[in-house]
Amino acid sequence: MASHAESAGHHAEHPWYMNADGTRARLKDFLTSTNHKRVGILYGSAILTFFTVAVILGVLMRIQMLSPDSKFMTGQTYNAMFTLHGIIMIFMVVIPGIPTVFGNFFMPILIGGNDVSFPRLNLFSWYLYMLGALVALSSLVFGSGPVDTGWTFYVPYSLSSTVNAPLAVTGVFLLGMSSMVTGLNFVTTVHQHRAPGMTFGRLPLSVWGIYSTAWIQVLATPIIGITLLLIMVERIFGIGVFDASKGGDPILYQHLFWIYSHPAVYIMILPAMGIISDLFPVFSQKNIWGYKTIAFSSLAIASVGSLVWAHHMYVSGQSDTASILFSFLTFLVAVPSAIKIFNWVATMYKGSVKVDPPFLYALGFVALFSIGGLTGLVLGALSTDVHTHDTYFVVGHFHYVIFGGMGFGLFAAIHYWFPKMFGRTYNHKFATVAFIVLFVGFNVFYMTLLILGWAGMPRRYYSYLPKYTDLQVIATVGSWIMVSGLAMMAGNLVYGALRGKKATQNPWGGATLEWTLSSPPPLENWEEDHPPTITQGPYVFNGNGKHPAPGNGSSGEGAAAATGSPARRGSQKKGH
Amino acid sequence: MEMTVRDRKVFSRVGMWLFILSEILIFGGLFLLYSMYRAKHPADFHAGSMELSRFDGTLNTIVLLTSSLTAALAVYSMQELDKWKHTAWYLAATIACGFTFLVVKTFEWGAKFEHGLYPRAAVLDARPHGEILYFGLYFTMTGLHAFHVIIGMVVLAFVLNFVVRRKITHERNAILENGVLYWHLVDVIWIFLFPLFYLIS
Repeated sequence: MASHAESAGHHAEHPWYMNADGTRARLKDFLTSTNHKRVGILYGSAILTFFTVAVILGVLMRIQMLSPDSKFMTGQTYNAMFTLHGIIMIFMVVIPGIPTVFGNFFMPILIGGNDVSFPRLNLFSWYLYMLGALVALSSLVFGSGPVDTGWTFYVPYSLSSTVNAPLAVTGVFLLGMSSMVTGLNFVTTVHQHRAPGMTFGRLPLSVWGIYSTAWIQVLATPIIGITLLLIMVERIFGIGVFDASKGGDPILYQHLFWIYSHPAVYIMILPAMGIISDLFPVFSQKNIWGYKTIAFSSLAIASVGSLVWAHHMYVSGQSDTASILFSFLTFLVAVPSAIKIFNWVATMYKGSVKVDPPFLYALGFVALFSIGGLTGLVLGALSTDVHTHDTYFVVGHFHYVIFGGMGFGLFAAIHYWFPKMFGRTYNHKFATVAFIVLFVGFNVFYMTLLILGWAGMPRRYYSYLPKYTDLQVIATVGSWIMVSGLAMMAGNLVYGALRGKKATQNPWGGATLEWTLSSPPPLENWEEDHPPTITQGPYVFNGNGKHPAPGNGSSGEGAAAATGSPARRGSQKKGH
Repeated sequence: MEMTVRDRKVFSRVGMWLFILSEILIFGGLFLLYSMYRAKHPADFHAGSMELSRFDGTLNTIVLLTSSLTAALAVYSMQELDKWKHTAWYLAATIACGFTFLVVKTFEWGAKFEHGLYPRAAVLDARPHGEILYFGLYFTMTGLHAFHVIIGMVVLAFVLNFVVRRKITHERNAILENGVLYWHLVDVIWIFLFPLFYLIS
């Protein structure tokens, strides 16, 4: 075995996409690998594919909405479109997105471990995910046609609708199982696999994000599991729990559904916020402002967020007392999110800020999530919700927080970790242009939806009153600009992966553990008996500039101070 | 960081408890439904409970409690006494108890079907709402529980196989402990189901 001083170079010969014998990993090597990086790539490929499908569905929906008497699709088709757009986006892209791709690829590295606690279970979770996705998508083609109930499957329609509800419901159930298994794996990993010296107080905030999310995945997903099971049992056996003619209560379904589905949106956003929390220090070259507060705010969002579900049901017929209580709690849960925004911005103050593409997306996140959050207050207040419930205002709100929030967080993560994962760079100027196109299109589109919703345009309608036509056209054009921006971004990244310049080990000047590994990292992060030893927090910078000399961090402990490299060292770099 | 056998056992235990927690939450949703509808129709639930066979319910409870005893003894024999043959017999006894439970359940359900007390039956639909819901929940919850009994039996069969092939030993027995933990969960769920359905009259 080569000495540890050479080990960085030795490992660089065998990045994670190559096998130990030096051959390139083939598909079957990925399909049978329990290595956390390869599982992350498996998830990434699947998720990007499904995201593209769902975007196309969205584009088609917007084409339908170009005119009030459009014959582009029937009402039935439109219903199926928004149902599938929602199911794919929510259950196959946004909920698993960051945890399964970046959580899998980077979380073990960020805590100084070599893999998750249950690597085989990890691979199994991917197969569960693919099975669930296949079953859900098969509802498009088999039997009586695609589901048209909306992704929310409200009873009584989901019980009587003659379409493929059982297939779709089963698919989502399997996807839920996959999510739960991932959460279980990550909670155990964060507790058991941290490197020596990596206390909870020194974890990168992205790990705090993944960790809080994993708890919600474990605790909340079973509830949607049983809810979906009950839909099936009701359809097949007619036990009556949601059937008013048998004494059942349809509103109970809504409660059960939203008890999971509201925490689910925190599963979506917490990992993205965690990543943004990692980016602000790096691109300000300054320690995060209020580490403990941000970490605890993740836990606060996870816990208080589990208490607000019935704000989706203010007009369902539930009691006023319940509505008042839930409205109060909803306003409460906005506080920890706002705290994060303040802390991020405060981090930039007197920092050395460089707006590289990852940080562009981080700033975009802050802007768009703030708008989304503020519109959430309009929806959280009882009186204004009566006016905006089930209108385009809701659609605008959740696209701002989910797409502008989680989506831009995902894009930020991709642009940040791309050089580390693939060992290549992408064109920064082109990435910036793509971002601008995307950002402009996004706001033209979704701001218009907010305005339309306030003006009374209902959601999930395939046609509308002529007075809304102009705004609908503007929104559709905005969607085209937005999708062009997405395509430019994707194209730039693909080109970079194939033909980009080789990346350095630490192009952004990050101080967390992944930047001490080669770009791309090896299959085995650290030697089994030589984990890194952590001596300080994740955002300690030496103030020597954003682009330290190449080779920084790979020549041992002593060189660290001189070159201004990340202050956390791995003991694998010295011979022990 | 070399993972010792003891380390692996610790986090396999953590993972197993998290899984148990999620199973409890699944049944929790159903218990939530039960409590809502019982609060709405207390008399009907009472009446419905009169129709169940307390004898069968009590018998099944004794069977499951015994099976938990044999399961615990299986673990004890391996961890404390290092007698794998005893473990194997105890596991077999546990599976046999599970089988007995399912047989009794089949007779119970059969009796209900004969009396027309099943979802969508004319007899049941003619009853008051509370009773329709009571039986709907009865079949759903005991049915889901029976499904988990079957899963538990399959799990223990695998564990028994590993014990006999000496893949589980005095030193490495996390799978045995976790498998038995799952069986205890199945038993505990029944301990809640039994009084709530059989003893409320």
